[in-house]
Amino acid sequence: MALIDLSRKEVHCKIVYYGPGRGGKTTNLLYIYNAMNNGVRGKMLTIETKGDRTLFFDLLPLNLGKVNGFDVRIQLYTVPGQTIYEATRKLVLKGVDGVVFVADSLRVRREKNIESFNDLKKNLTEYGLSIEEIPLVLQYNKRDLANSAIPTLSVDELESDLNNELKAITFEATATKGIGVFETLKEISKNTIRYVVKKHLLADI
Amino acid sequence: MNDLVLTAPVLEEARQQIENALIKAGVHTVLLIDDAGNVVANCGQDARRFDTTALAALAAANFGATSEIARLIGEDDFSLLFHKGKKDSIHFARVGPRLILVTIFGDEVALGLVRLRVSQLTKAIEKIFGLDS
Repeated sequence: MALIDLSRKEVHCKIVYYGPGRGGKTTNLLYIYNAMNNGVRGKMLTIETKGDRTLFFDLLPLNLGKVNGFDVRIQLYTVPGQTIYEATRKLVLKGVDGVVFVADSLRVRREKNIESFNDLKKNLTEYGLSIEEIPLVLQYNKRDLANSAIPTLSVDELESDLNNELKAITFEATATKGIGVFETLKEISKNTIRYVVKKHLLADI
Repeated sequence: MNDLVLTAPVLEEARQQIENALIKAGVHTVLLIDDAGNVVANCGQDARRFDTTALAALAAANFGATSEIARLIGEDDFSLLFHKGKKDSIHFARVGPRLILVTIFGDEVALGLVRLRVSQLTKAIEKIFGLDS
């Protein structure tokens, strides 16, 4: 649910990074925060966490410049990935305009990826949104581990688990090193803005 | 869920109402936000003192969390929420299904007055945004 302020010519969109716990959602946001300069990024907000888990959400506001005379501001949110925080996840998803699903390449996390993806579908449906309609980008994170001794899922396996029917755009990433992070952000921002703008006929883009 | 489109006359009217009902009563900051955490309007001298983006996101989340608590104990919703600080206090009230009015005021303003004015104001804002039907 974007906010379009015609008096100040601003569009506010909400993009949520979804996915299983410890998959690298917050790492994505932190990398973006550290790589961007102050003119573009706002303050990153992290709600007190226990260890390295996100308990409620992280928020990073970004100013993406102008599209057809409208200032575009996006807010990146993460959700807590752990299964038990279902209510919180649903809350953060409220009013979402675009979703990045961060999947974990570790083989032991296979079930968690699928569970989280189904949870995303369910929560979107409860807000009257469908996963086919909403802008969605899949990010297969921790690809650097594919070359290590740790058992990982191949991209084909991740595709067949998560993207068999949807055929959403995917990126391979190593969020700790920033690989694939900006590619993901660029794609989801572009799609989200296009989705919102088209819906309101603010411009033909 | 539809997007919220704001036009200048609607915003100006809402700001005017907030100004008359709360700022003139001594409240120092009022934010009108949506339940996704976007700032719709901010009023008062101190709005620039705060990180309003973070405040709106947290206020929406806080309100959402409280609504969940309400449901857990069998209530539909808590229509208002209030936190008391040493100097400043904060009052949240739902406006229609989508908006939340956040009022920040010092100890020189009585909570009763804020509650009364907010309850009158929410009706007026619902009307301005066409949420009263």
